[in-house]
Amino acid sequence: MNRNLVLVILSLSLAFYSCGGNSEPTSVRDETPDPGKNEYVDPNANPGGIGKFKNVELTHPLDDKMVTAGESIYDLKCGSCHKLTDEKLVGPGWKGVTDRRSPEWIMNFVTNVDEMLDKDAEAKAMLEVCMVRMPNQNLKDDEARQILEFMRKNDGKN
Amino acid sequence: MKKLIIILSAIGAAYSLQGCKMKSTGAVVEGDAASKVYVAPGKYDEFYNFVSGGFSGQVSVYGLPSGRLLKVIPVFSVNPENGYGFSEESKPMLTTTSGFVPWDDEHHLALSQTNGEQDGRWLFANANNTPRVARIDLTTFKTVEILEIPNSGGNHSSPFITENTEYVIAGTRFAVPLGDKDVAINSYKENFKSTASFINVDKTTGKMNIAFQIALPGMDLDLSRAGKGPSHGWFFFSTYNTEQANTLLEVNASQKDKDFIVAVNWKKAEEYVKAGKGIKMKARHTHNTWNDETHSASSTMNEEVLVLDPNELKDMVYMIPCPKSPHGCDVDPSGEYIVGSGKLAALIPVFSFQKFTKAIADKNFEGDYHGIPVVKYEAALHGEVQKPGLGPLHTEFDGKGNAYTSFFLSSEIVKWSIKDVKVLDRVPTYYSIGHLCVPGGDTKKPWGKYVIAYNKITKDRYLPTGPELAQSAQLYDISGDKMQLILDYPTIGEPHYAQAIPASVIKDRSAKIYDINKNHHQYVTLGEKNAKVIRSGNRVDIYMTAIRSHLTPDNIEGVNVGDEVYFHVTNLEQDWDVPHGFAIKHANNAELLVMPGETVTLKFVPDRTGIYPFYCTDFCSALHQEMQGYLRVSAKGSNTPLKFSTGETTPAVATK
Repeated sequence: MNRNLVLVILSLSLAFYSCGGNSEPTSVRDETPDPGKNEYVDPNANPGGIGKFKNVELTHPLDDKMVTAGESIYDLKCGSCHKLTDEKLVGPGWKGVTDRRSPEWIMNFVTNVDEMLDKDAEAKAMLEVCMVRMPNQNLKDDEARQILEFMRKNDGKN
Repeated sequence: MKKLIIILSAIGAAYSLQGCKMKSTGAVVEGDAASKVYVAPGKYDEFYNFVSGGFSGQVSVYGLPSGRLLKVIPVFSVNPENGYGFSEESKPMLTTTSGFVPWDDEHHLALSQTNGEQDGRWLFANANNTPRVARIDLTTFKTVEILEIPNSGGNHSSPFITENTEYVIAGTRFAVPLGDKDVAINSYKENFKSTASFINVDKTTGKMNIAFQIALPGMDLDLSRAGKGPSHGWFFFSTYNTEQANTLLEVNASQKDKDFIVAVNWKKAEEYVKAGKGIKMKARHTHNTWNDETHSASSTMNEEVLVLDPNELKDMVYMIPCPKSPHGCDVDPSGEYIVGSGKLAALIPVFSFQKFTKAIADKNFEGDYHGIPVVKYEAALHGEVQKPGLGPLHTEFDGKGNAYTSFFLSSEIVKWSIKDVKVLDRVPTYYSIGHLCVPGGDTKKPWGKYVIAYNKITKDRYLPTGPELAQSAQLYDISGDKMQLILDYPTIGEPHYAQAIPASVIKDRSAKIYDINKNHHQYVTLGEKNAKVIRSGNRVDIYMTAIRSHLTPDNIEGVNVGDEVYFHVTNLEQDWDVPHGFAIKHANNAELLVMPGETVTLKFVPDRTGIYPFYCTDFCSALHQEMQGYLRVSAKGSNTPLKFSTGETTPAVATK
């Protein structure tokens, strides 16, 4: 049976190729970028999260300008889902976030949302609680820093 | 079973031995066609193929070589799928001097060019019925401008462009009296004119305006092409009905042995404009533009155009005789050869630009057409392609010295060599091909890898779907000496002309979101904190936000029957591919599709009391089904207090 099948395939494929023609392979120039979703990442490997921020210098006292800028970003891009209390809305409330997370982790999470949600153990655990992927709100580096300053203010830091 | 296998093997072997002689429809697809069009899941196509949607009024975008439909861009027709023509912001795009026009018949597309090569910035499209030209921005794939053409009827000879996109052309198919004059139809010869409108395109912004119109004697302007290289500065139009018939054109416009290619020296026309030789005439036309920061269109009225009269202004327009009702009028990549395709001719004349200009210099004329000099046919002729096929229509080029002409009557593409006008190859199309397209095949730099046939008849090519069938496009590999059919793919509307461009020119510039910080919509809601409902008289403006996965406000009360309710929905997302939709029960309107960072408005006038659910129509997250809300509508004149909220859970105090 198997041999017969092979015979059919062989002769049919012969039929296909006998006309020859131009056999230049299709040149496809691009493709979907690979997000590396299924890569294993050691949960203890990146305490500061995954992203470009390795060492965030905090300044004292708080920078009022950054606090104000951070608050207006919060109003536009974050406030729909995060309260400033500890009450969870769509995402967790922000009260105490600067005690729970390192500055690096926060800034990596808000600027590199998708990779963090795919690979960072803490972020993945949070996704299991909230069941909604945090939207990537396209924050620039300095905007992320302003958000962090506003979070520190919200937590009563100085 | 065994017998069947033997028979199958025999058939396979026989087919392989018989080789390529079989010429049935199925057998035309040969060899490695499948591997040439197979684009694996997750891989991108090599070319974008922009195809005119014909009587759908839209532009469809395919990937090549796969033939996968990527997008339909609404241009001249309303599109309930994304609210184009239904949202308050988009309605001005379809406004004309006759008010809101929801449909048109779109025929041709032209990609913008720099130095005669595709630059991937804009795509132009023509509306045939209510004469207009549209510009589509290729960073957003959105129609951003529509300009109406006055003194025109049937804007067919359009929107072909010059090699630096200096001008987009709009030539009228129907001759009409200028200035909407009320005259007897049979006074055609005396009163009717054919205008060629030269639309200036701003180098930086792309904004269009009619620089001037040339009022040619009455005839049908059919197709046109700009010169390039040595012929840059000229525009060539094919014409028919130079008999000037106003009835039964099928017979009356096929009397003469030859019609004309009209050659317009637009650099000369520019000189006349500069010297103040044009006449300003009243000719109202709308100019509609889209603004990516206010996310809104606006429509303005222009009152006049500048008209140039070729009878007064000499050396600006010449005619070249061309056999039998020419249709296509195509200029080769070098700019030296102009191919005229007589629909009823048994040959293809190829004119030489050099010879044509020499004929003018030598005053080698055979007469004039209503005052416009006609050069002698032989004096401008480079050669004739003899017995190429029946019913030549259009010609594209591969940049290797070859031309590809479509033949409607004999249903085929014929490849021929420009230099010695010899036929090299022919392939059948299924069926009755109209336009054809080589990527960049109308520019100085074609990508001569494929030719695509856009067929007028589909018949038995696909599974039957009742009397109305999909339209048919066919992809041929032209990289070798012989053309090879490798794919059929269906298209929307009736495809006329199309353009194709390497994906690499466009894809990396494609916008992913609209920056919400640059959203200057009049009714934008920058953050949920600013969501509100404002009543003034019987107008109610709802400033609403959408983000995964709730709308704010999602409980609204205090709206009465007959109120004009405007939902201004701002999508607060800033991530790629997260649009939110919006629809409300009983709205005699379409849905809204709101891109990240955008604000769009739906107008709704409730006609009865009750609770109206509204919801997000575009699946956005695991909790998309939860993205919903209620509008309470009370009787006309009632005093239900205006109230709006999200997340308020206190039960209402019972009212009376």
